Amino acid sequence: MRPDFWIVQTFNGLSYGALLFLLASGLSLIFGVMRIVNMAHGSYFMLGGYLGLSVALRTRSFAMAVLAAVVAIALIGMAMERIFLRRLRGQDLGQVLMTIGFALIFQDLALLIWGGDPYNLPVPAVLAGSVRAGGAVFPLYRIFIVGVAVVVGLALWLLLDRTRAGAMIRAAVDDGEMAQGVGINVPRLSLAVFGLGAALAALGGVIGAGFLGVYPGADSEVLPYAFVVVIVGGLGSLPGAMAGSLLVGLLDNFGKALFPELAYFTLFAPMALILAIRPTGLFGRSG
Amino acid sequence: MIRRRAIFAVLVVGALALLGPLLPSYPLTLVTQALIFGILAMSLDLLLGYTGLPSLGQAAYFGSAAYAVALLATERQVGFLGCVVAGIVLATIIAAVFGIVAIRARGTYFLMITLALGMVVWGLAFRWVSLTKGDNGVAGVPRPELGALSLVAPLPFFYFVLAMATLSWVLLGLIVTSPFGLGLKGIRGSESRMEALGYNVWLHKYLAFVIAGAFAGLAGVLWAYYNGFVGPIDVQLVTSVEALLMTALGGPGTLIGSALGAGIIVFLKNFVSVYTKRWLLILGAVYIGVILFAPRGLVGALRRRGS
Amino acid sequence: MVGDQALRLEGVTKDFGGLRAVDGVTLEVRPGERRALIGPNGAGKTTLFNLISGALPVSAGRITLFGRDVTRAPARRRAALGLARTFQITNLFPDLSVADNVVLALQAHTPSRFAMLRPVGAFRELQSRARATLDAVGLTAVADAVVRNLSHGEQRQLEIALAIAGRPRVLLLDEPTAGLSPAESQLMAGLLARLDPAITVLMIEHDMDIALELSSHVTVLHYGCVIADGSRDEVRADPQVREIYLGA
Repeated sequence: MRPDFWIVQTFNGLSYGALLFLLASGLSLIFGVMRIVNMAHGSYFMLGGYLGLSVALRTRSFAMAVLAAVVAIALIGMAMERIFLRRLRGQDLGQVLMTIGFALIFQDLALLIWGGDPYNLPVPAVLAGSVRAGGAVFPLYRIFIVGVAVVVGLALWLLLDRTRAGAMIRAAVDDGEMAQGVGINVPRLSLAVFGLGAALAALGGVIGAGFLGVYPGADSEVLPYAFVVVIVGGLGSLPGAMAGSLLVGLLDNFGKALFPELAYFTLFAPMALILAIRPTGLFGRSG
Repeated sequence: MIRRRAIFAVLVVGALALLGPLLPSYPLTLVTQALIFGILAMSLDLLLGYTGLPSLGQAAYFGSAAYAVALLATERQVGFLGCVVAGIVLATIIAAVFGIVAIRARGTYFLMITLALGMVVWGLAFRWVSLTKGDNGVAGVPRPELGALSLVAPLPFFYFVLAMATLSWVLLGLIVTSPFGLGLKGIRGSESRMEALGYNVWLHKYLAFVIAGAFAGLAGVLWAYYNGFVGPIDVQLVTSVEALLMTALGGPGTLIGSALGAGIIVFLKNFVSVYTKRWLLILGAVYIGVILFAPRGLVGALRRRGS
Repeated sequence: MVGDQALRLEGVTKDFGGLRAVDGVTLEVRPGERRALIGPNGAGKTTLFNLISGALPVSAGRITLFGRDVTRAPARRRAALGLARTFQITNLFPDLSVADNVVLALQAHTPSRFAMLRPVGAFRELQSRARATLDAVGLTAVADAVVRNLSHGEQRQLEIALAIAGRPRVLLLDEPTAGLSPAESQLMAGLLARLDPAITVLMIEHDMDIALELSSHVTVLHYGCVIADGSRDEVRADPQVREIYLGA
């Protein structure tokens, strides 16, 4: 293998990992605060892509597409939490089943509205080129994705570590009952976190649509990746989501490039290994 | 109590057996399909309803067994018994391997791990084209002909499936009322207490997981012969999700509820698709409706009313 | 020459991050002894029980059960050696019947727990032993009731039943009278007084009267350390103990 093969594959893995981070960080936060496994998270990703597509085609503005997708999906997410999920506080399985129900509805609605063909999100010309370095070609768009993920990662870290809201989130992740006991409005916090998680997923979806495209089934294809990331990284942990998405992105990419027939297997083996050693993931906490 | 259950079982099976010849061909095949998925749903109930382990990966064992039968029958001309045994054994082995990873986890983690493991199998089915024919699937699985007894026509095949479903129901029923089954219910109730009492909780869960995999494999074997065609959808998340809905709808922890749920979902699916393509939308709405209005499932709600 | 103590703890310590909940606890319980473990709230008593039963791993120290080192052994191993416990916060099987709860406790140490093809009801010996246990604790009348529907007092009785069903050699009782009315507490005290004298009992109890009535020996825990250890009268007279319980 020529050296630039490894460089390009590493870069590709990094950019895919960046996308996964956007998706998984939201999933991880939602679980951390609310103990819900949001099976509709992949749907948020896909709907973000589709909505972004529609807005982009209509307004010819990438920025508008991103903004519209993020805001709309955040609102949908919050509505889902407030109107439906909240009724099932404490019923873990019930909540999971309900999110599955929504995932099915979203999947079919997307098929109904946008049809069965795959689409590519038109990206702004400034991001369409590529950079040559050391004999390898790096598409600018992928660099952009990594950049967005880094910015979001930093922003999330600042939010969690430096702001009052972040402290409340961390308290709720640590011990929801105690947090409620010291006066933190956990229901309102749950609503906000759910919205944030949905927004992050949608951001991943609309940006990802620029190089992955958006198509029916994108939701159920990307969801297991998000799960592997949070399982490996540990539910409720932001550094876990970062480490996990990087690991999964690289493993998936190298796996596909080197052993195309074994696909998900390259994910499974390390995941199994990590879980065998640490059942709650790299950075997870038990219980 | 056991006697009452036995009488009830005989009545139900007897009624179905008598109903068979009276039904026209299409409804008969639907009932057959419902029985096959009933076995799958009951296998999930063992895990979910009795042990408290929510698995979203039963399709992995169901589909693998189906693929085994399909490939062996069409490519190697392996006989009926060979295919059946191979299918169930494969499903059991995969469950035994996956169980080692999955059983360490609890609750939510378990759900996600079984989902991811199920996707691994799907990925193999989809990508390992040289083995599984990828998206095209494996077609042309012949109905078995056992000497003089031919299972090609709908009615004899229905009876065969009915016999298998009854066997599964009886075996699973014995398991859940046995000391081992009581142990599973104990685990569902309080793992910490079970540990304190001296049980090897991991082992109990693992055994339940493998047994559930074996029964899911049986369902898969029957599905391959029923459908004549096996494709990636049979190992896909959607199939695991449908199984979960069948159990949730019928009532987790009742066994018969899962079979009932399977019947309802199969009929709903086939009935609904005559009028609209929006089957998934309706399935999703049914899911949400069940959770909101019948959290213990139909049979669960009936039992509650009765006691 | 000291014979095999029923239970021996040497320097047992438990840290939770920066918090030291149990600090170098050393104690020995003789076979057949009745010992009370008392101390103010937060003294580390339940944590100590969790360490002894194996629900939590120790950070340091050694735990020996009838001469066997069980420091690293999982809970089920210790149960197999004859250790049983009750829980301060009732920990039963809420959706099962009272009888089934006891059967679960009984079959835990028998090979029949893996029997898959015969109904539980067919195991006569298990069923009769379950009835006997329920008789011993006075729950025969509610044998078929679902635990969820029992009164708190009845649930506490069942807690005891689950622990004594398997004829343990060492019994850890974590606040058996927690949440009971005075009348119910008296009933519980009567039940405990009737326990097989061969069983070694270590009991956490807040009700001082009951604790001292049922035990000959007392260990006092304060901030995770043993501050007094001796007979009832010795501990009652100990100045440190008096200060904690009477002075403050």
